[in-house]
Amino acid sequence: MPSIVKPLVTHPGLERNALGLTIRDYEGGMSTLCAGCGHDSVTAAITHALWESDTPPHMIAKLSGIGCSAKTAAYFARGAHGFNGCHGRMPPIATGASAANRDLLCIGISGDGDSLSIGLGHLAHLVRRNVRMVYVIENNGVYGLTKGQFSASADVGSTTKRGEANHLQPIDPMFLGLSVGATFLARGFSGDKRQLVPIFRAAMAHRGLAIIDVISPCVTFNDHEGSTKSYLFTRQHDVQMTVTDFVPPAEEITGIIPDQGVVSIPMHDGATLRFRSVPDGYDPTDRLAVIEHLMSAKGRGEIVTGLLYVDEQSSDLHELGNTTDKPLTQVPYEKLCPGSAALAGVGFR
Amino acid sequence: MAAQHFAQPRSQVNDFAVKLANVNGTGSSSANNLLMRSIFRMGVPVSGKNLFPSNIQGLPTWYEIRVNKDGHVARARIYDLMVAMNGQTYARDIAEVASGGFTMYDSSWPLDRDLIREDVTYLGVPLAEMCNDEFRGPRERILMKNIACAGALVAMLGIDMEVIAQLLTEQFAGKERLRESNQRALRLGHDFATSHFDFPLPCHVEAMDATRGSILIDGNTAAALGCVYAGATVAAWYPITPSTSLMDAFAKYCAKFRRDPETGRNNYLVLQAEDELAAIGMVLGASWAGARAFTSTSGPGISLMQELIGMGYYAEIPAVVFDVQRVGPSTGMPTRVQQADILACAYASHGDTKHVLLFPASPAECFEMAPTAFDLAERFQTPVFVLSDLDIGMNDWVSPALEWDDSYVPDRGRVLDAGELRELEVYHRYEPADSESVAARTLPGVSDLGAYFTRGSGHTIEGAYTEYPEEYQAVLDRLARKHTAVAEHIPAPVVDDHAHAPLGIVTLGSCELAVLEAIELLGKRDVSADYMRIRGFPFGIAVRAFLEAHDTIVVVEQNRDSQLRTLLTLETPVPKEKLRSVLAYGGYPLSAEDVVDGITKILEA
Repeated sequence: MPSIVKPLVTHPGLERNALGLTIRDYEGGMSTLCAGCGHDSVTAAITHALWESDTPPHMIAKLSGIGCSAKTAAYFARGAHGFNGCHGRMPPIATGASAANRDLLCIGISGDGDSLSIGLGHLAHLVRRNVRMVYVIENNGVYGLTKGQFSASADVGSTTKRGEANHLQPIDPMFLGLSVGATFLARGFSGDKRQLVPIFRAAMAHRGLAIIDVISPCVTFNDHEGSTKSYLFTRQHDVQMTVTDFVPPAEEITGIIPDQGVVSIPMHDGATLRFRSVPDGYDPTDRLAVIEHLMSAKGRGEIVTGLLYVDEQSSDLHELGNTTDKPLTQVPYEKLCPGSAALAGVGFR
Repeated sequence: MAAQHFAQPRSQVNDFAVKLANVNGTGSSSANNLLMRSIFRMGVPVSGKNLFPSNIQGLPTWYEIRVNKDGHVARARIYDLMVAMNGQTYARDIAEVASGGFTMYDSSWPLDRDLIREDVTYLGVPLAEMCNDEFRGPRERILMKNIACAGALVAMLGIDMEVIAQLLTEQFAGKERLRESNQRALRLGHDFATSHFDFPLPCHVEAMDATRGSILIDGNTAAALGCVYAGATVAAWYPITPSTSLMDAFAKYCAKFRRDPETGRNNYLVLQAEDELAAIGMVLGASWAGARAFTSTSGPGISLMQELIGMGYYAEIPAVVFDVQRVGPSTGMPTRVQQADILACAYASHGDTKHVLLFPASPAECFEMAPTAFDLAERFQTPVFVLSDLDIGMNDWVSPALEWDDSYVPDRGRVLDAGELRELEVYHRYEPADSESVAARTLPGVSDLGAYFTRGSGHTIEGAYTEYPEEYQAVLDRLARKHTAVAEHIPAPVVDDHAHAPLGIVTLGSCELAVLEAIELLGKRDVSADYMRIRGFPFGIAVRAFLEAHDTIVVVEQNRDSQLRTLLTLETPVPKEKLRSVLAYGGYPLSAEDVVDGITKILEA
């Protein structure tokens, strides 16, 4: 069969999390992406963050659209249900799943074609609804599966492998998010797992939608000299705005980042998000200042990374809908059906 | 000046039709509703059809009231009384008055001489003048003109003034000033009519006892209630005429019945999506996660949902879609009725797909078929379409009071829980299949032993990706068998074959009343016919048996291309040449005359 089953190899010495699970328990099927694909590194970071966060695999729902990125939902958390939907339609499907069962940790894996072209409208509305989920954009600036067309995130002046230049303005999901009320925005680079893991962990604990735009180079079609989404270009232009550390609830705060200049943000579930600004005074809780900062960084041709914006105060989908704490899937039918007597007042008599 | 010179050939007591021509956005609909409700309260079978424009203010709108003691309240094509209140449409309206009939008009202005028909009696009521004298401010004057008009009609049609006064009291409970001015306007029209004309008209109402135990309700409200009772918890939609009132009603009844009295929290979530693609996506996501979820839409929404409907079919995810049909193609006529989405729904989406359809014919069936739709969707893990239409959905129908069987238990289909999964050696999503070709599904959030990857790409019976022909076909062929197995669970057709006639009339949905009346009219001309109303697809044994048992079959439906007939020829062994069509697709509800004319033509040919 054309799909590849990953052999299960575990090492007895592997560290176990609070559930007694090793990192292997959070892995999935064998990747069929190109060797060196940035997406596989993103998968590894998600896998690590899930393991670290002691999430029971069956409480995870993995959702994706269509494209190379969409495949990666199969490559982690084999104990979780996955939903590989239609091109661009993952946000509504995730909204429905989250509406039905608010206890699920929904992880959406998307790409720049999926999120910024065919599914752009859905993404904007997912932000407006503040659906509690982790939304990863594996952003490489090209359509890989159809062999190298520009995507909507391609920068002006960047070229295809054959040398044609892009003249259209790119859509930046961070600016999109800021303009429609996103509550958690971060950017990472697939080549920097150390930065990604705490961001993913914070995203999983966030009260609402967390969008993580990960520059994830396409080794086959967009890792050449004219590309602004290549490994080399990204490394050369990566400017970290924040260094982030995530401290789970009831854990002593002994972060990996030095305490000096650290700001702590309490998250809704009792965890703590700690960050240190790299450029002095960068405040990821001040939306206006963030917009200004990102605008000027864009002008300088920088690829800003790190936790860029966070708002733990806004209500999520279920809070806005005043839905019951219990997942709707678990409300017994007896509570849902008003019974025959209630029909007495129905209709005009 | 009464109806002196026109002797009516038939008694018109409790057997007539009135058409009210108005300008939309002037408040006419509530006055019209008042008249229809009064007749209903007097115990007389009645229907009210709102023929409204896709517009908020200024375009022509009509309201048709048909009163019939025998319950034949399908739309009438000719009117005994025309209430011509819209100058834009005078000519057209007056042409529709029955010979010997009446036209009431606002005599504040002179009537165009060219529009006067010799065989029609004109009844002038100076509504604008009276209301300008009696009320202040343009808004109140316009609104009250409608009520004054209703008052004149109350007199002309013999409607019980006490009944309508009681309705005003109910409608304006707690708003004494409004009640009083409405009452005054009503009286104004009434008194003018009684003091100037000899009334009631030959076409008038006399109290009966034929609506006891009945209610007035529209199909969208009934469908929404059906969803509440079926246990739907997630609803996603995008506003579209004529389905909007379905979701409005769902939200209204949920607020009433689904708010936990202890916590004040909601046991439901209504999502107004950004478009229909998102609406069906949300439904699939919620159903996949284990909720009963649905959307309501109309033709253009169905077009937009195509891709994900195919995914629901292929990945075997339940979904319930209410399609309140309107006139297509394209934007079509959004406020007019058709049954033209039958094929678009039966085979929705690219690739080989076949869906389950239900065809309600009345508000009561909209209510009953909602739980049926969820049961079928979950039992067979597939999208189910309930094809209502604008006439059923948006007009008030006299309906038996809705009934609910409290012993109903939802059929959630084959879903494995954590315990059942532990007892399995291994779980595969698409095998083993049961006798109905359905394999057990699992829900996220239950057990990692039931984890699988849902995909719209080619998959094996285990749920894994494949591009191998035999693995792909194994799943696709089972889906065809599964669809066949649904037939046994589709509500049986309503059949009346006591005439044992060689002619069988087959129809669906809102055609019912017109067809039944037509069969009676044909009977008076010594043409007897058997009757079958199909209530869903795939077609079962009873549908095939009826088709086999009749030499000539006429399929009556409201679309241009004989969509039901086409579906019958594709999905049953009936010889194509045995089926004939009577089609009405201009956008107005079907009338018995349409059917009689069509069948007569076929028989004469």
